Amino acid sequence: MTTPILTGPDPTERDALPIPSPALSERIQPNATAPELIRNFCIIAHIDHGKSTLADRMLQLTGVVQPRDARAQYLDRMDIERERGITIKSQAVRMPWAVQDSGADDAAVDGGLTPYALNMIDTPGHVDFTYEVSRSLAACEGAVLLVDAAQGIEAQTLANLYLAMENELEIVPVLNKIDLPAAQPEKYAEELANLVGGDPADVLKVSGKTGEGVEVLLDRIVERVPAPVGDPDAPARAMIFDSVYDTYRGVVTYVRAIDGDLNPRERIQMMSTRATHELLEIGVISPEPIKTNGLGVGEVGYLITGVKDVRQSKVGDTVTTASKPATEALGGYDEPRPMVFSGLYPVDGSDYPTLRDALDKLKLNDAALNYEPETSVALGFGFRVGFLGLLHLEIVRERLEREFDLDLISTAPNVVYDVTMEDGTEVKVTNPSEFPGGKIKEVREPVVKATVLAPSEFVGTVMGLCTDRRGTMQGMDYLSEDRVELRYTLPLAEIVFDFFDALKSRTRGYASLDYEPVGDQAADLVKVDILLQGDQVDAFSAIVHRDAAYEYGVRMTAKLKEIIPRQQFEVPIQAAVGARVIARETVRAIRKDVLAKCYGGDISRKRKLLEKQKEGKKRMKNIGSVEVPKDAFIAALSSEGAGGKETKDKKK
Amino acid sequence: MPALPDGDPVPADGALPGFVSDVGAPGHAQGAASRPGFGVYVHVPFCSVRCGYCDFNTYTAAELGGGASQMAYATTALREVDLAARVLADAGLGDRPVSTVFFGGGTPTMLPAADLARILAGVRGAWGLAPDAEVSTEANPDSVSPESLSVLAEAGFTRVSFGMQSAVPHVLATLERTHDPARIPDVVRWAREAGLDVSLDLIYGTPGESADDWRVSVEAALSTGVDHVSAYALVVEPGTKMAAQVRRGEVRLPDEDDQAAKYEIADDLLTAAGLDWYEVSNWSRGAEHACRHNLAYWRGDDWWGIGPGAHSYVGARSGLDGGAAAAEHVGVRWWNVKHPRRYAAQLEAGGSPGAGRELLTAAEAHLERVMLGVRLAEGLDLALLDPAGRRAVAGLVASGLLDGTAAVRGRAVLTRRGRLLADAVVRELTA
Repeated sequence: MTTPILTGPDPTERDALPIPSPALSERIQPNATAPELIRNFCIIAHIDHGKSTLADRMLQLTGVVQPRDARAQYLDRMDIERERGITIKSQAVRMPWAVQDSGADDAAVDGGLTPYALNMIDTPGHVDFTYEVSRSLAACEGAVLLVDAAQGIEAQTLANLYLAMENELEIVPVLNKIDLPAAQPEKYAEELANLVGGDPADVLKVSGKTGEGVEVLLDRIVERVPAPVGDPDAPARAMIFDSVYDTYRGVVTYVRAIDGDLNPRERIQMMSTRATHELLEIGVISPEPIKTNGLGVGEVGYLITGVKDVRQSKVGDTVTTASKPATEALGGYDEPRPMVFSGLYPVDGSDYPTLRDALDKLKLNDAALNYEPETSVALGFGFRVGFLGLLHLEIVRERLEREFDLDLISTAPNVVYDVTMEDGTEVKVTNPSEFPGGKIKEVREPVVKATVLAPSEFVGTVMGLCTDRRGTMQGMDYLSEDRVELRYTLPLAEIVFDFFDALKSRTRGYASLDYEPVGDQAADLVKVDILLQGDQVDAFSAIVHRDAAYEYGVRMTAKLKEIIPRQQFEVPIQAAVGARVIARETVRAIRKDVLAKCYGGDISRKRKLLEKQKEGKKRMKNIGSVEVPKDAFIAALSSEGAGGKETKDKKK
Repeated sequence: MPALPDGDPVPADGALPGFVSDVGAPGHAQGAASRPGFGVYVHVPFCSVRCGYCDFNTYTAAELGGGASQMAYATTALREVDLAARVLADAGLGDRPVSTVFFGGGTPTMLPAADLARILAGVRGAWGLAPDAEVSTEANPDSVSPESLSVLAEAGFTRVSFGMQSAVPHVLATLERTHDPARIPDVVRWAREAGLDVSLDLIYGTPGESADDWRVSVEAALSTGVDHVSAYALVVEPGTKMAAQVRRGEVRLPDEDDQAAKYEIADDLLTAAGLDWYEVSNWSRGAEHACRHNLAYWRGDDWWGIGPGAHSYVGARSGLDGGAAAAEHVGVRWWNVKHPRRYAAQLEAGGSPGAGRELLTAAEAHLERVMLGVRLAEGLDLALLDPAGRRAVAGLVASGLLDGTAAVRGRAVLTRRGRLLADAVVRELTA
């Protein structure tokens, strides 16, 4: 390679910046960089603490994005990500940087500068994507802990911080948004120092918006984050930390090279499946893809093999070469496991094939998405879809509606239950209406470890809520004088229901929540069915704790009573556990539906009224013989337990 | 009356569309005898006061002046009779004697009996009256005397329908009716003495009316020995004074359950007294006392409405035997301009007072036929229903809305519960 492909910005543009000169750049070319000159890091931050803005600023300062090309939040690719301010899919960008130090090279030239290749791995910020976060972290040696100087650390950040510390990453604590009038850098520096150890004075203070302190941060990353270590002569091993389906290229796989060398001349092998693929292209992102001759120890880049489905390139899997395969895979590979299920139905039944095709397409790019056809008495044909969590559900639903122009009904989300019958048979329940009848020995439900951060004045409130939701307290710590971390184990079902909304409303929006699955527990759970005129409305069935069954029944029957217009007959609305009715409402029969007078001058008007009424009948949905307005029915279904929304727009 | 329907313009000369004409139509050879009956409605748009619940096209003397006055009304109405005679003759439909005439309002008896007689004479002159013709007028109990009723009977009137509404003073007050309830037995007696068949109109569901109030009113009507009663649920139409009172919360409307209960009270009392329902809101002592003019509306006969805001209907023969394609036009309905002054002016200028018309397709006519026919005790011939409608019959019998025995015999007849839910039944039968 004669022409350096990674150089800093045109010197006339950013003269004063410590960017490697062309000569220095020769030393940090892809597949030709000593591991000592590589720094792999990620940024851990809460969703609106400014991670993407900071990342953009780094891209500009290192010259990989010219200021005139910069679009806000360069790394967030999908529209939804940009709108919600959430990074769903991680990306990795290689940036050049030069530091005045003794560095790894004692023969420093060029004014004592040493060039470095920085790989910034952008991690998803949400709990639903914990597994992807953990793989991203595994690809790094260091993490920038980025916290809003006006808000302090949030529970999710804390969770990811723990994850990073468990992975033995070097933590670089940073306070962002110091330009905000409400910023309290001193207070939160103290909080961060308490958490990660060290002196509050070591906490960097930056503003992604103005760029203040970002150069110092880049220097600090070089200084503090360890260089990657690997065996260049061992069989190649690279870990997949992301894979993305691209319409034109097929699946693009992001990898972190650990040992050996991957190069475009050799077939690669996926160690979990032993499947081999031709390597069509290998390269790095800076910030657009750049083809290279390979990836060496410690490098981060991408592979294209021509496969069409992300399932053939699984996050966490180890890539090796087919000719000289490694014998031992890198640890940590795990199949993505759906935690939350919901039925997705087209509002217009004739859209069912469109929905099926749309799911098939989304699946190409979403290894965690799985679905099976399902039929509902109330809703017709649809799919039972498994998600990583509520945000994942929301994002998938929104993409289906936006990218495929579908109008969808999603049923109240539920978790997976393992039911053991008296006779020893085991049933996995992903749809409450399929909860088995008969003699049940045990029902197990998933449990999470939840962390709530809240101002100390709300401790009692939060404890009350967690107790109501069958939580068990695991511990409590004061992060600072007025901020408390509460740790609970809670059934995931309670979180999925409306825990987050309840938490936010009871703490005036100040509390934050994070949770991760920690297994399951046996619980006294029952299925509550809702019956209209004795017919079960499957979409409203729910599995709840026995103590909460009555309340659910009363609430649902009351809600349905409101939306069901009077019919020609009395309509009983019942909530039942098994054969036992626990709540009942009645929609009384309509007694009069006739115009008293109908003479010569009334006939035209009356006929038109009738035609209109007949038209209105088309907007009704029949459940058994009961006519229910479609819109109201859908509203009742979708408002039920759609909790846990946490997006930028909703939060503020 | 509520706003007129939207429609197509009526030709200036009032000419009917060609398709209703018998000339050249199949079956023409059978002559006029095979056509349905022909009725004439005469609207008299005057009242002494306007009642708070009334949305009919009516005016008090103070509201009108100029050429639209009460005095000139008979002359104006006779101009439309002349026009009607001309238009029907041009369509080849002029040779049918009139089987029923109905004077409604407003308060027809606000006009001198002689004026009503003059209009009736005009109708007779134009088409002739059938030998057994029924000639009715509505009347306010306040605006008749033994003498005026005799004049009407001598002029050829056979029937009078009094707007009694209620026998309970506070109910009448809420309705702003000014007549003295004690007068009802007298006016009924006078009318019968004059040889007129008598009907009383009642209204139930007035704000403040109790079930007992209503019972008192029905019993009072029956105590006069009348052979016909109409009972209507009060409907508060938008734009009326009462609608404004309801909106302002000054009066509270009874709910539909209350109205249903009162309907049942009326039906029980009337039936016990020997008056049987023959239409959802009408009861008579045997078929001979039913109002044939109104039956003609419900059976789909032709009629011409004289007067401001009046509707008219003429059907084509092909629409009656069900042989028409769904989109084919099988009838025409039109309506006159609403204001008496404009009505008078258009006729004076020699043109039609028609404000708009609609050409009914076979599908629309079918819907009307079911909608109207099902309201009758004689019911609807099930053969008239389309296959989907016939399939709905069993379900309606099962849910107690249609009479099972009648269905087996080929007719859709409402049960009492079905009468209260007649609109729902029609929706099912025409689904």
